[in-house]
Amino acid sequence: MTRRGLTLTGLSVLVLIAYPWVFSSNYAINLGFLVLFAAYLGQTWNIAGGFAGQTSFGHVVFFGVGAYVSTILQTAYGVNPWIAWLFAALGGALLGWIVGVLSYRAGLKGAYFALITLAVAEVGRIVANSVPITKGGLGILLQADPRPANFQFRDPVWFYYIVLALCLLSLLTAWQLTRTRFGARLAAIRENEDAAQALGIDSLREKVKCLTLSGGLCGAGGTVYVQKYLYIDPSIAFGVDKSVEMLLVSMIGGAGTVLGPLIGSGLLHVVGEVTRDLGNMLPGVSNAQPLSLIVYGALLIAIVAWLPDGLMGLFRKRRKEARRA
Amino acid sequence: MLTPEILFAGVINGLMAGGIYVLVAVGLTLIYGVLHIVNFAHGSLLMLAMYSVFFLWRKPLGLDPYVSLPFVTAGAFAFGYLLYRSLIGHFSHGKDENILLITLGLSIIIDNATLFFFTGDTQTIDVAYAGHMISLGPAVVALPKLVSFGAALLICLLLGLFMTRTDMGKAIRAVAKERQGARLVGIDVEGVMAISYGIGIACLGAAACLLMPTFYVSPTSGHAFVLIAFTIVALGGMGSFKGALLGGLIIGVVESIGGLWLGEQLGQIGIPLVFILILLLRPTGLFGAAR
Amino acid sequence: MLEVSGLSKSFGGLAAIDRASLEVAADEIVALIGPNGAGKTTLFACVAGFLKPDTGSVRFLGRDVTGLPPHHICAQGIARTFQIAQPFARLSVLENVMVGAYHATRLRRDATAQAEVVARQVGLGGQLDMRADALTLAGRKRLELARALATQPKLLLLDEVMAGLNPVEVEEIIGMVRKIHATGVVILLIEHVMQAVISLAARAYVLSNGRIIANGSPTAIAGDPAVIDAYLGHGAAARLKQGPPHA
Repeated sequence: MTRRGLTLTGLSVLVLIAYPWVFSSNYAINLGFLVLFAAYLGQTWNIAGGFAGQTSFGHVVFFGVGAYVSTILQTAYGVNPWIAWLFAALGGALLGWIVGVLSYRAGLKGAYFALITLAVAEVGRIVANSVPITKGGLGILLQADPRPANFQFRDPVWFYYIVLALCLLSLLTAWQLTRTRFGARLAAIRENEDAAQALGIDSLREKVKCLTLSGGLCGAGGTVYVQKYLYIDPSIAFGVDKSVEMLLVSMIGGAGTVLGPLIGSGLLHVVGEVTRDLGNMLPGVSNAQPLSLIVYGALLIAIVAWLPDGLMGLFRKRRKEARRA
Repeated sequence: MLTPEILFAGVINGLMAGGIYVLVAVGLTLIYGVLHIVNFAHGSLLMLAMYSVFFLWRKPLGLDPYVSLPFVTAGAFAFGYLLYRSLIGHFSHGKDENILLITLGLSIIIDNATLFFFTGDTQTIDVAYAGHMISLGPAVVALPKLVSFGAALLICLLLGLFMTRTDMGKAIRAVAKERQGARLVGIDVEGVMAISYGIGIACLGAAACLLMPTFYVSPTSGHAFVLIAFTIVALGGMGSFKGALLGGLIIGVVESIGGLWLGEQLGQIGIPLVFILILLLRPTGLFGAAR
Repeated sequence: MLEVSGLSKSFGGLAAIDRASLEVAADEIVALIGPNGAGKTTLFACVAGFLKPDTGSVRFLGRDVTGLPPHHICAQGIARTFQIAQPFARLSVLENVMVGAYHATRLRRDATAQAEVVARQVGLGGQLDMRADALTLAGRKRLELARALATQPKLLLLDEVMAGLNPVEVEEIIGMVRKIHATGVVILLIEHVMQAVISLAARAYVLSNGRIIANGSPTAIAGDPAVIDAYLGHGAAARLKQGPPHA
């Protein structure tokens, strides 16, 4: 990375670390948490969908599995939450491996792969809704016991920093993908799988590795969610909304780029807040939340149609033109 | 337990629902077969059509769904045609995935627009004859279900005749088989594609009228319907009319028996499971062409 | 080095290749020619692992590699180019070639260095940062060549690498292929551009309707009436008989 790039990155990290000191209201910290959390989940999607070109419509299933694994281990088996967190990540990774092996062995790609992940998430939702161990549609409540050893904190700022750390970890992972053989192979598979195979790449193995990594990281996110909000149910854990959000932040920010999901998450939350405020000003409107989602849908269409490389792609184009001038 | 009588009733009810699903799937498979578009907005558009039926049924218009059927179908056709011309047509020549993402965006917009205007409540229609029961052997079926089943199959028959006997139908089949060739013999391919999309959505309009008497609609209905539609089309084979017919009936029965056997909650698992198994084991479906 | 014996492949009852056999020895450039639809690319696909032959075998360096998947074939030392160039469109020229280079090393540093060397070898040294989909046709052909070369193959399968190029570009590629061969890489090439066949190949196989109908030096097969009928035509045959334009 260039000198300038490194300094910019360093400054940005400092800004993100300092944020809760400057904006110390609960509202601001929770907003920061949401933006970084969405960026983190988006980055896990980006690893498979952006870097390897495996567009998934059901990525929430890894989040949900992670969330339920750590929660059930805590509540039903008394496992320490920090250890349960590890198992959540392993659970997500295992599911990623299974889905990868089955789908890719069957040669599924493109729209078919996207749809099968959607179906897998739906199976997850239905199972979670029906089996006694998940308490079905009632969901599971975590006993509030805010101690660090219990992975619960009274002050939300701790969750902010945990999610910031996860976000930075995911950024590092994505950055590594741009600098390693594994990442180069994923990019080759994304661009042209046949040509990649002719150059010695075992595309099945690489894609499975990628989905395993993505699933594991996503599963880890599931635990963090439940530890903060102390509640999980099938619609939160396996609902389509989260899959869509992960996809959106990555595509709008720039699929296959390191910073894409972070930028996408920031933009999406800004747009969401603005739309909600404007919407609430309209007469007779009680809940303007759907308006934000309408804007998101329109943004997705706009990105796919006109800016397929997302905002990062726009920045890169501008920089190239500036350099030439 | 599952006695033969209960099983029989389950199968009959499944077939009744399946008949309407056929109509939904036929639209999707037509759109895929002719346009090579994976229309992810199919479920949301069906939901939108159902809300229209509800809206027409409400005072002051008070139209019975079977009466509003020709209007809703025509309206759905026009909506689909315009949607294709203004948005979808521009992207129908790109990668499979792109059009999937665009129709995803469309479904998000439709889902949330309905949520915004109609709130999250579930809506149902009460028609006077809803409680009328007909006995078919040991099974008892609500009259509207039987009427809807018959109407759905009739519409499919009419559509089939349209595709084989009329010039437009032949043009559509020509474009589906060989786009360039169709262009070369002077067929207005873009126009045909827009009309095909319109017909696909018109099927949803008709299906909406047939579903509303015995079903409910909510802003999240789109999700359930889209998976059902795709499962049927995957089972039957992408682009296959016969496949949609058989697949729709099979899936209707699977859904019904699944509910009986595993209970209302777990029973829903039948459809996504069938979808996953089809994609893993026989992606071309029963009648589809090899990929 | 490469022994293809009795290879057959049918699609839905139609035999694309029918008991085709050929050999390429360790120091040769061999050509595979024949009319369109004769089955040349199908044969390549079978050798390179993209298709499984119905019968017959492919042996490379004494090992049976029949039906191995493409990435294993590459691991054995066989690299191929595609008839229609398949660049990694959104990656740069350098990144494209690096994908090939990564076959021989796992270090980014080494892959970058090796890729740069190979890219310069094929004349793409000045376009390393250019996006692959911005290249001209000639550029894409060179990129195909560079990528395959970067895997450090023992045998290179070139599928119509001259197609669509103007005479100047053809000359340049011929020179490049000769230089590559001089470094010890064995080459089997499919070509329609007869000038390339005469200049490069010591031997040629003629494939027609899935069958090998002739095998020998370009001058020898130019005199074969079956070949003239099936493919060459009398004018081209006469030109071939005159021998290679350069010594």
